[in-house]
Amino acid sequence: MFKNDVPQDKELFGDQREVCYAVDENGRYVMAESSGWDPANIANSQAWEAISHEIAGILVRIRAGALSPLAYHMVANQMDEKLLAEYAGLYCWQVRRHLRPGPFSKIEPKLMERYSALFSITTEELREIPDDPRPAMLKTVKR
Amino acid sequence: MIRDRQCSRQSSAEECGSKILIDVRTTVTSTFNHRQSAHCESGVTANLLSHHGLAMSEAMAFGLGAGLLFGYFPFIRINKLPLATFRTAPGNIFKKVTGRLGIKVTRHAFKDRDLAMAELDRYLAAGVPVGLQTGVYWLPYFPPALRFHFNAHNLVVYGKEGNSYQISDPVFGDTVTCEADDLSRARFAQGALAPKGKMYCISHIPATIDLAPAIIKSIREVCRVMVKVPFPLLGTRGIRYLAGQVEKWPARFGERMAILYLGHIIRMQEEIGTGGGGFRFIYAAFLQEAAEVLGDRRYLDISARMTLIGDRWRDFAVAGARHCKGRAGENDSFADLSRILRDCADKETALFNELYDLTKS
Repeated sequence: MFKNDVPQDKELFGDQREVCYAVDENGRYVMAESSGWDPANIANSQAWEAISHEIAGILVRIRAGALSPLAYHMVANQMDEKLLAEYAGLYCWQVRRHLRPGPFSKIEPKLMERYSALFSITTEELREIPDDPRPAMLKTVKR
Repeated sequence: MIRDRQCSRQSSAEECGSKILIDVRTTVTSTFNHRQSAHCESGVTANLLSHHGLAMSEAMAFGLGAGLLFGYFPFIRINKLPLATFRTAPGNIFKKVTGRLGIKVTRHAFKDRDLAMAELDRYLAAGVPVGLQTGVYWLPYFPPALRFHFNAHNLVVYGKEGNSYQISDPVFGDTVTCEADDLSRARFAQGALAPKGKMYCISHIPATIDLAPAIIKSIREVCRVMVKVPFPLLGTRGIRYLAGQVEKWPARFGERMAILYLGHIIRMQEEIGTGGGGFRFIYAAFLQEAAEVLGDRRYLDISARMTLIGDRWRDFAVAGARHCKGRAGENDSFADLSRILRDCADKETALFNELYDLTKS
């Protein structure tokens, strides 16, 4: 890659820039700033679309009463049962149980606080599906 | 090797309270010379060493750490997608660079969060910049679109003001700050490669450093893994294996899954931290520096060829991304993608074999 060909496709990093290695006119390697590259941007947004797709599927099941809102917060934070269990300090089967609406409504306040602190939300928010069901991270992005 | 063993066990409270034994040329300075780099671990290694008086570029750190690799492990899943890697396991670069140059390192890992933060503060108060392993997901200064659960991100903390830490994160243009609470979360991220509060700093640099033998040794190591190890998922064999798999993806998993798999490979290859072309460009830059140190122009030719291989990997990403966008042209079928991969594999096989022979002469 030549220095002049270093792509500047702004998308992922906002105003940040990453460093690429490229060759200058004398064939010497230099570090060149890049604000992004479309193929990488496309692959990245594809990963986010996959997460959004998963969230959409979960929301349908929550509305149908098959899953508890915890399932939404789990997926919106890119977690699965195993990872959530590790963060919450629980066993997998406990988390899996809490994903059902019945057991979820009976979770002790202390544990509810643990879950909500993990997602940086209030316990009320943990009981609801937010109006903006995007992945938690992307809510801070202006599109 | 005792140093490395230390890493596998947790540091206890008594151990942490012990005297900080740092014997490096410039230990106590308030400023840290932040340099942006392509890859976090090689950047941290180069910046820490440079801070302590051993000037080193990121590319040199990457090469000395034998960071280049290819591996495709479909039975290890990341977000339900098969693991493809263009670099060695996290922690290896730092370990190898310091080990090969005889640099001593102090390492700690923790079970207890408060203890981990207190120990960090103690080192900072003594004026010692500290490298940390963190989980990207919890670092608020990261662009949101890059905040996935990736737990092997390295950064240097060099100061503390009030409740916020001053951080030299090598993939960012400027230094950043991070609140204690967030940093503590990032240090104790869970899941694969959980950092367990790992921290490290340089405690001793020998008076004389001989780069040449270390360079030869690490080049040979990369060549061995890339072409000599008879394991089908590693090195150029791994690239060929992946090429064979890519062809079969649409029939086996359907179009939707196939492009998800493809997108994942592209992310591993090109997303922030690779310097472009799945680390091939940064390695080519290292080979240029190596040519200078070794006084052998033949490494320059190899470097130029490595650049072309990196460009070929970029072609793969471009064609693959067209697929992901549903804009695949006539010459972008999965079979064509495989052809590019095989081309990379052929060229890399020839290159690393030659490079290996070059290190013997």
